[in-house]
Amino acid sequence: MPKITFIEHDGTKHTVDAELGSTVMETALRNDIGGIVAECGGSCTCATCLVHVDEAWFAKTGGPSAEENDMLDSAFEVKPTSRLSCQIKVSEEIDGLVVYTPSYQGR
Amino acid sequence: MSETIKTDVLIIGAGPIALFAVFELGLLDIKAHLVDILDKVGGQCAELYPEKPIYDIPGIPYITGHGLTEALMKQIKPFHPTFHLNEMVTTLQKTGEPLFLATTDRGRVFEAKVVAIAAGGGSFQPKRPPINGIEPYEGKSVYYAVRKMEMFRDKQLMIVGGGDSALDWTLNLQPIAKRLTLVHRRDEFRGAPDSVNKMRALVASGEMDMKIGQVTALEGDDGVLTAASIKTKDGVDRIECDAMLPFFGLTMKLGPVADWGLTMEEELIPVDTAAFETNIPGIFAIGDINTYPGKLKLILSGFHEGALMAQKAYHYVYPDKRLVFQYTTSSTSLQKKLGVA
Repeated sequence: MPKITFIEHDGTKHTVDAELGSTVMETALRNDIGGIVAECGGSCTCATCLVHVDEAWFAKTGGPSAEENDMLDSAFEVKPTSRLSCQIKVSEEIDGLVVYTPSYQGR
Repeated sequence: MSETIKTDVLIIGAGPIALFAVFELGLLDIKAHLVDILDKVGGQCAELYPEKPIYDIPGIPYITGHGLTEALMKQIKPFHPTFHLNEMVTTLQKTGEPLFLATTDRGRVFEAKVVAIAAGGGSFQPKRPPINGIEPYEGKSVYYAVRKMEMFRDKQLMIVGGGDSALDWTLNLQPIAKRLTLVHRRDEFRGAPDSVNKMRALVASGEMDMKIGQVTALEGDDGVLTAASIKTKDGVDRIECDAMLPFFGLTMKLGPVADWGLTMEEELIPVDTAAFETNIPGIFAIGDINTYPGKLKLILSGFHEGALMAQKAYHYVYPDKRLVFQYTTSSTSLQKKLGVA
């Protein structure tokens, strides 16, 4: 099972198992990771599951789709490696992924 | 708008649960007015997932949020509900046994025998940007909506965002503002292409400014804005402005419900499971906003809650009448109400 490390804005680190085929957002919610709201439940319509992908991992996750990039307009403190975590699928490819959760998701 | 609107039931919200409640109430000859903060009916189905499939509506293997909203609107058509959209119920007071007086942010007043709160996750309200110290400016020089365009005449206005709200207000306010700057995180706009072209033409002719970046700080005293800092890829720019309109979409907030004297548990309203009535007789809560042992936030559960709510509401609306339970399949009186008999 792939592992994902979430680092909260205060530095708290969680390394958790992620189910293949689920999303990084679902993995965060199942593990009570702070800073992920996911108001729309994974429909790419609310921009409240923003994460900053660790630069070393950005080539693996890739950048946002056009639809996701449009939604990123409704997020805050968007960086070049920011993604909506509901749009990152868990695969063996991203085993070991490191993402940072923001201090604020716009509520 | 000072004339009081009298109604049997005031439904707060116009999402799927509110819409189906209109049906269940209608079968019992109970009329409803609905108030919703969104500019459209359907609630989360319309705002958050209009195109996404829902797989757990009984008997409907697959339907989108938009499709479900459309189907419910068709189903309740015979009952002619009145909708008040773009409007938020701000106060609710008990004035009788039971009788309620509700007012909205647009100054409308309702007198209702029964109130059904079907407000889902609360009201959709504008997202607030996480700019340090923004609070004192809100309502004084930072606004999340335009109620009167005249307020922005001769202002040095900054509009933030890249969607249709940001672009539409840019085009509408540019002619009356002293100077307008549109700030967006990237040089791509998701708004209507025609609006984007018009905005770019105004920038090209020097009639307005556009900055690619993110607002990081505000300057001013006592809520009176004088300038904003914009972080761009090349550094930080300081731009003078005395009014700002940030448009970052909507998020669900509980809103004024918490101030109506209802018992609350966290951000939910506890109800009984016989009628989904709150601690105040005559006020019901149905759908995602209520809580009770075993509660599931499912649309199908909300439909059930609305049906039972209507049964009890009948006794408040028609205290002297006896309610005979009937089926739509066999009752000619129900079929007449539905316009099919």
